[in-house]
Amino acid sequence: MQLRVNGVTEDVAATTVSELLAARGVDPAARFVAVAVNGSIVRRSEWSSKPLEADDDVEIVRPFSGG
Amino acid sequence: MTDPLIIAGTTFSSRLIVGTARYPNQQVMLDCLEASGAELVTASIRRISLEGYAESLVDVLGGRYRLLPNTAGCVTARDAILTAELAREALETNWVKLELIGDRELLYPDVEQLVHAADELVRKGFTVLPYCNEDPVSCQKLADVGCAAVMPLGSLIGSGMGIANPAAIELICSRSTVPVVLDAGIGTASDAALAMELGCDAVMVDTAIAQSHEPRRMAAAMRAAVEAGRLARLAGRIPKRRFAEPSSPQLGLVGS
Repeated sequence: MQLRVNGVTEDVAATTVSELLAARGVDPAARFVAVAVNGSIVRRSEWSSKPLEADDDVEIVRPFSGG
Repeated sequence: MTDPLIIAGTTFSSRLIVGTARYPNQQVMLDCLEASGAELVTASIRRISLEGYAESLVDVLGGRYRLLPNTAGCVTARDAILTAELAREALETNWVKLELIGDRELLYPDVEQLVHAADELVRKGFTVLPYCNEDPVSCQKLADVGCAAVMPLGSLIGSGMGIANPAAIELICSRSTVPVVLDAGIGTASDAALAMELGCDAVMVDTAIAQSHEPRRMAAAMRAAVEAGRLARLAGRIPKRRFAEPSSPQLGLVGS
C-alpha cells in the first residue's frame, strides 16, 4: 500500500511500524529511534501491534548533531 | 559543589552548554566537548536517512553527557511540539530546547508561536528551555508559562557577532525569575565572559568553537572564559567612572 514515509510517498509491503523499520534497515530493537504516524507518537511498545493504513504519514527520526 | 548551575532542579557544575554541530569531524567534536567541560550538550532530531541507521550521535557520546534535544528548523508550533514529542520518545528525556523560527534567513524566533508552543509543551510535562529574543517582555512571558530557563540570543545564530545588546541582556538577567542562558552569536571567549559578567547563569556555544581555526583550543578558551566571567560577576566589579582616580598615593611625590 502507499504510505508517506519521511516526506516521501512510496509503496510499502509493511503493515506495522516494526516491519517498516526493518524494511528500512533499522533494527526495531534499536534505541534512540522515535516514530509518529499522522502527527501522533507511536510508542515503541505499539510498534509491532499498531496497524499502518494506506496514506498514513509516517515520521521516523533519530537524534542528530545540532546546536 | 560550589556555585552550581541549577535548572529545573538539576545541578550542573559547568555553566557552558555546547552544541554538537558543524565540527570538522566526529573526533574533533568529542575532543571539544571534553575540553569544554560541558555536561549538557544539544542535539537535533532528524529523519532517518534512506540509507538506514548508522551509528548514532548518542552512541558516540557514550552516555558521558546529558543530551538536550532541540526543535531546530521548526517554523510552526505544531511541528515544534511534534518534534519535542519525538525527541522525548527517542532520548527518554523531558528536556527540550525549544526553537521556533520566524525568519529562515535571520533564524530569529517567532515570539508569538514560541510562547504558545512553550505553554503547550509545559502542560504536556516537558522541561522547556526556549531560544528566544533578547527582550525582557518575551522572556517574562516564557517564564510565566512555565519555562525552566530562558535562552536569549546574543546575536544571530552562527554569526559570531557577540552580544549585540548587552544592556538588554543585563536587564533580562536582573529581572528573570528563571536561569538565563545566553544562546547564539558568541564569537570568541570574551563574548562568553561578557555574558557571564552581565549576569547570565550559563552560556551556550556551538559555531564559535566548531568553526574556529583550532576548535579544541577554543573549547578550552570558552571554558576558561565562562569561569572567569562568573568569578568576576560574583566578585562585584568596580563602577565605571567618568574621571581618573589615581591608584598611587598623592603624598610624598618626588620633587613636590
